[in-house]
Amino acid sequence: MILEYILQLADDALIMGHRLSEWTGHGPILEQDIAITNTALDHLGRARSLYQYAAEIFNALPADKKTEVFNSVAINTTVQTGKAIDEDDLAFLRDVRDYRNMLLVEQPNNDWAYTIARSFYFDAFCYYYFGFLCQSSDATIAAIATKSLKETTYHLRWSSEWVIRLGDGTEESHKRMQHAINELWMYTGEMFVASSADSAIAQAGICPLPETVAAQWKNKVADILQEATLTLPTGTWMQQGGKTGVHSEHMGYLLAEMQFMQRTYPGMEW
Amino acid sequence: MAVQSFQEHFDSLIDRDISIEPKDWMPDDYRKTLIRQISQHAHSEIIGMLPEGNWITRAPSLRRKAVLLAKVQDEAGHGLYLYSAAETLGISRDEMYEQLHTGKAKYSSIFNYPTLTWADMGAIGWLVDGAAIMNQVPLCRTSYGPYARAMVRVCKEESFHQRQGFEIMLTLSKGTEVQRKMAQDAFNRWWWPSLMMFGPPDAESPNTEQSVHWRIKRFTNDELRQKFVDVTTEQAKVLGLEMPDKDIKWNEERGHYDFGTINWDEFWNVVKGNGPCNKQRIDARKKAWEEGKWVRDAAMAHAEKRKQKANNVQAA
Repeated sequence: MILEYILQLADDALIMGHRLSEWTGHGPILEQDIAITNTALDHLGRARSLYQYAAEIFNALPADKKTEVFNSVAINTTVQTGKAIDEDDLAFLRDVRDYRNMLLVEQPNNDWAYTIARSFYFDAFCYYYFGFLCQSSDATIAAIATKSLKETTYHLRWSSEWVIRLGDGTEESHKRMQHAINELWMYTGEMFVASSADSAIAQAGICPLPETVAAQWKNKVADILQEATLTLPTGTWMQQGGKTGVHSEHMGYLLAEMQFMQRTYPGMEW
Repeated sequence: MAVQSFQEHFDSLIDRDISIEPKDWMPDDYRKTLIRQISQHAHSEIIGMLPEGNWITRAPSLRRKAVLLAKVQDEAGHGLYLYSAAETLGISRDEMYEQLHTGKAKYSSIFNYPTLTWADMGAIGWLVDGAAIMNQVPLCRTSYGPYARAMVRVCKEESFHQRQGFEIMLTLSKGTEVQRKMAQDAFNRWWWPSLMMFGPPDAESPNTEQSVHWRIKRFTNDELRQKFVDVTTEQAKVLGLEMPDKDIKWNEERGHYDFGTINWDEFWNVVKGNGPCNKQRIDARKKAWEEGKWVRDAAMAHAEKRKQKANNVQAA
C-alpha cells in the first residue's frame, strides 16, 4: 500500500507540473512566465524524488507480486526480463488507470484564472498536508515533505496573491476568477477523501488521513476569497475517482503527449 | 558643453575603452543602434522559447524534461535582463513588444525553423547556442555598460545550454541506429541556418563597420562564422556525425576550415518573413500578449486599489 500511496503523491506532482509547464513561453507577463515555470520545476522535482522512492520499493517486491501491481504491459515485460524499473518507467509507461493523481490537477489550464484557482486549491492543501508529512515515521517521505513544504509555502503565497489580485482587480478579472473558483470547486472534495492507500498508511501510523487538514484548508480558502471579494462556493456535490485511477477524459490526452517518446522508441536511453 | 565637446567626450570614452552608461551623452545613432540590437536580442530570447518549449511536455525522460524547463526559463530570464538594458536607453518594454508584434523589430531567424524531433533539442543547444555564444562572448566587453553586464550573465548560462545540447547529441550518437540517424538528421537541418546566425557576409553587412568603430561589435560576422565552423567541425568528429557540407576541408595555409557556399537567398527569404514558422512564432507571441491583457489590466487595477487604501489609511 505504501507504493500506491507514494504514487498518489508523485502523480499529483507530475501532472500538476505538466499542466503548469504548458504555460512556458505563453504567459501573460514575462515575469509570471518565469514564476510559473519555476513552480512547474518544483513539482517535477518532487515527482522525481517520489518516483525514485516508489521504484526502489517496487524493485524490492517479490517477483510474483511485481506483475500484479500495474496494468502496464511495458512495465510487466520489463519485470519479466528481470530488469529493475526506474522513475521514467513509472512516469512514461503507466496508462490512465494506473495513475493515482486527484482529478483537480489534471484539469486543463483554460485561462490564467483557472490555472490560478487550480493552483490555489492544490497549494493550500499541500501546505497543510505536507506540514503533517514532515513528521512522518517514514524517513524518506518526511525528507521529501520537508523540502516540498518550503516550495509549497512560496507556491501558496503566489497563487493566493493572484486570487486576490484577480478577484479584486477589474470587473472582468473578478468575473473570470469567480467563475474558475466555482467551476473547480467540485474537484476539491477528493483531496480529503481517503483512498484505500491513504487509510492503510494512516493505520500504519505513517501519515495522517487527508481529512485531518480539511478544516484548515477551508478556513484558508475562505479567508483568501474574502480578501479577494469573491464568494466561497456552496456546492456540496464533489467529483472523485482520480485516486483510484478513474480519471477525466483529459488524462488520456495528457499521457499520450507526455509518453509519446518512450512509447514510440521503447527501451532507449535519452 | 557644446554638442561638439559632448561628441569629443563620448569619442574619448570609446577610444579609452571606458563603458558608456545610461546617463552619459551619446550620439543618436549610437542609441538607435543599441536599441535595435538589444531589443532584437531580447526578442530572440523570447521567440527562442517557443521552438524548445514545443518539447517540454514531450521530453523523453524526467531528467531531460527538468533540464529543458530550466533552460527555457533561463531564456525568459535573458529576455528580461535584455529588455531592462534596452529600457535604460529610453524605450519601454511595451513599445518593444509592439515592434515585435508588428514585424518592425526582427529576431534571430533561426527560430523560424520547426523543431521536429527530440534530437532538435540537442542540435539547438549544440549549434544554435554554440553560435550564440560566439556572437555573445565579445558583447561582454561591448561599449554600453548595461548591455555588457547583462551579457556576462547571459553567457554563463548559454555555455551551460551549449554543453547540455552537446550531451543530448552525444547520448543519441552513442545510442541505437534510430537515435544516431535522428541526431544526423537534426544536424543536417540546423547546420546551415546556424551559419546564417552570424549575419550576412561582411561585404554586405551595412551596420558592421560603424558598430565595430563604436565597439558595440568586436569582431565581424565572417570572423565569428569562421571560428564557429572551426570549433564545430572538430566537435562533430567527437560525435561521429558527418558534416552536412561536402566542401568542408582543412586549409593548412589559412589555418581554418574552408566551407561551402551559404544559401543567402534562403536567409533573406526567412528574414522577410517567409520561413516555415515565422507566422506561427509571431502569432503565438501575439496570442499570449492579447490573451494576457485582462490579467495585466487586473494587476494594474489591483495595485492602484492597494495604493488608494494605503493613502486613505495614512490620511486617517
